[in-house]
Amino acid sequence: MRRFFIIFSVFIAAYGFFTGFVAADTLDNVKKRGYLQCGVSTGLTGFSIPDEKGQWTGFDVDYCRAVAAAVFGDGSKVKFIPLSSKERFTALQSGDIDVLIRNTGWTMGRDIGLGLTAVGVNYYDGQGFMVNSRRLPGITSIAQLSGASICVQSGTSTELTLADYFGRNNLDYTPVVFEKFSEVNAAYDAGRCDVYSTDQSSLYAVRLQLTNPEDNVVLPQLISKEPFALIVRQNDTGWANIIRWTHNALLNAEEYGITENNIDDMLKSTNPDIRRLLGTETGTNLGKILGLDNDWVVKIIKNTGNYGEIFERNIGRSSPLKIARGINDLWIKGGLQYGIPVR
Amino acid sequence: MKPGHFTAAKRQKQPDIPGRQNRLLLWLKRNLCASPLQIALTIIALLLILYSIVPFIRWALIDAVWQGENRHACTTLLQGGLRADNWSGACWAFVRANFSQFIYGFYPVAERWRVIATFALALLTAVPLLTPAVPHKFINAGIALILVPLIGGVLLVGGVFGLPFVDTSLWGGLMVTLIIAYCSIILSLPLGIMLALGRRCKMAALRLFCVAFIELLRGIPLVALLFIASVLFPLFLPQGMNFDKFLRALIAVALFTSVYIAETIRGGLQAVPKSQYEAAASLGFTYPFAMAFILLPQAVRLVIPALVNVLIGMFKETSLVYIISMYDLLGIVRSASMQANWITPQTPATGLIFAGLVFWFFCFALSLYARFLENYSKRERAA
Repeated sequence: MRRFFIIFSVFIAAYGFFTGFVAADTLDNVKKRGYLQCGVSTGLTGFSIPDEKGQWTGFDVDYCRAVAAAVFGDGSKVKFIPLSSKERFTALQSGDIDVLIRNTGWTMGRDIGLGLTAVGVNYYDGQGFMVNSRRLPGITSIAQLSGASICVQSGTSTELTLADYFGRNNLDYTPVVFEKFSEVNAAYDAGRCDVYSTDQSSLYAVRLQLTNPEDNVVLPQLISKEPFALIVRQNDTGWANIIRWTHNALLNAEEYGITENNIDDMLKSTNPDIRRLLGTETGTNLGKILGLDNDWVVKIIKNTGNYGEIFERNIGRSSPLKIARGINDLWIKGGLQYGIPVR
Repeated sequence: MKPGHFTAAKRQKQPDIPGRQNRLLLWLKRNLCASPLQIALTIIALLLILYSIVPFIRWALIDAVWQGENRHACTTLLQGGLRADNWSGACWAFVRANFSQFIYGFYPVAERWRVIATFALALLTAVPLLTPAVPHKFINAGIALILVPLIGGVLLVGGVFGLPFVDTSLWGGLMVTLIIAYCSIILSLPLGIMLALGRRCKMAALRLFCVAFIELLRGIPLVALLFIASVLFPLFLPQGMNFDKFLRALIAVALFTSVYIAETIRGGLQAVPKSQYEAAASLGFTYPFAMAFILLPQAVRLVIPALVNVLIGMFKETSLVYIISMYDLLGIVRSASMQANWITPQTPATGLIFAGLVFWFFCFALSLYARFLENYSKRERAA
């Protein structure tokens, strides 16, 4: 089925290439339309989900708002288009959405084969482990998991990655596989296995549904790479630049300590890095070259805050999920999030 | 007759008519404890009820949480909430907090009167249409089947007469389920009848077309049809020609239902005795008149239970639009139970039970109505 979808998508991409079905200037279209069309997940705790009032909230959702803020100066000018994992690429290819920010792993095949291009990683995910510390006390790393029974969803890449990793490292384990995600949750909660393995970001959400969340520890290590990418169509580099630099602006803002609250003070800053980022340095016209205003970063920060604020608000300390920054911390703090200089 | 002639001098002893109490005992004895085997079965059944229903009622009603602001209301101390450890109960507070979303989806709050107005209108026209005693069925049908969808569509979508435009991507919840079901019924019934007639038609081209159409759509699962409507279809239209996803899904469900209805009605037509056709012809009825006034009414009457079966199935299958990322009632309940603010071990089950109850309510109402209609038509024929 998965192969079928890949082949199918490649076919569609080729069709798109020859007919050129999407007009190239996305920025113009977005401005003319008056709002951004952002493809998000249909419901993933902390990343994109409608709240009680029907407002979209989450980490990916705030990224959409940041792009809308960069273009319009107003983070509410977004139409969120929820997409299943099977629809997401065709929705982008056919022009139903302008940008796909939907916990989509960036791989070479997807980058070169679908007529799409990934411009940045807003969240580094990977396959992780959650351990029932009452059954297996004192576990702090995967190397100690030898002999454990591990709950995993059958027929997924998760199951294969798990088998590969444990085989490669000569670790024994008993796989306890289930067809459905909900069945895996129930089995783990009922104590039918000691360990639960799936994408780390999902483990934190699963943890909230367990009977005793405190007993369950998410290990910091990852055994696979699942970089959640910001994806646009390949034929519009101008638009790709806007998404790429919105992401980098968010990262740099965090690095320089520019927040939603202190942005007005920061506008008076004398630090040349900050002045260049906020467009207050004389002669800076990077925003104009992007096709936006020179204070585009100010607009972003006023709407969504910097990367760290988006993270903590939706999935980090200030949220029920309490995901650790881990590898998603800034490079100066030992993480992988590295904002390319804005100058 | 002389009074008193036949009266007894003394009041006779009443024969042993079992009292209310006795009657119950008698019923119990006859129906539940007639033989040792029955006694054993009764005990097993009682135990089953005790072990399944009682804990369920405890969970769903007695230990349930009815009020609360967020997930703390429905989690135990250990889970960071307010309940005692080992507590387990339904989280109706979650359903309350999200209730309007479950009904209207993301429809703007200020505009929700339009949804209520549309449904009131649909109900007002449907009741006289569905009550056999009310006359003017043709005018009624015209209003309910053509006017109501048009007015409802304008009202719900807006963009004209000063009504703000509401994109269909904001529709959701029960509203979407009911709109898809209503429109599917009114689209698929006439289409199904036409297909059924087409399949029995003497013109080879028309018959072949109908056969191909029916067999093709019956051979494709609804899921695949929805995928084609949502994913494939837009790619083969020129840029900018794309039409609404909701409408695409609606048409897909309606077409899918119509072929099942066609086959059901064809079954009914085959069951009508041939003499009826011949009688109609010998009375000089033309084909359309014979069909409309003699054959179809009999055929439809024969297949009411099967038709209702198809419609109930369709009503439940509307929830499949979830896989093309549309939030019908089930979809929105499932999505809401993952909200960071409400995610607990209890919320998914509570939400699903709520959705199940709503679906059951509508399906049961439909089958009650069908039973009423069947009895009514039986009485009509007898009279």
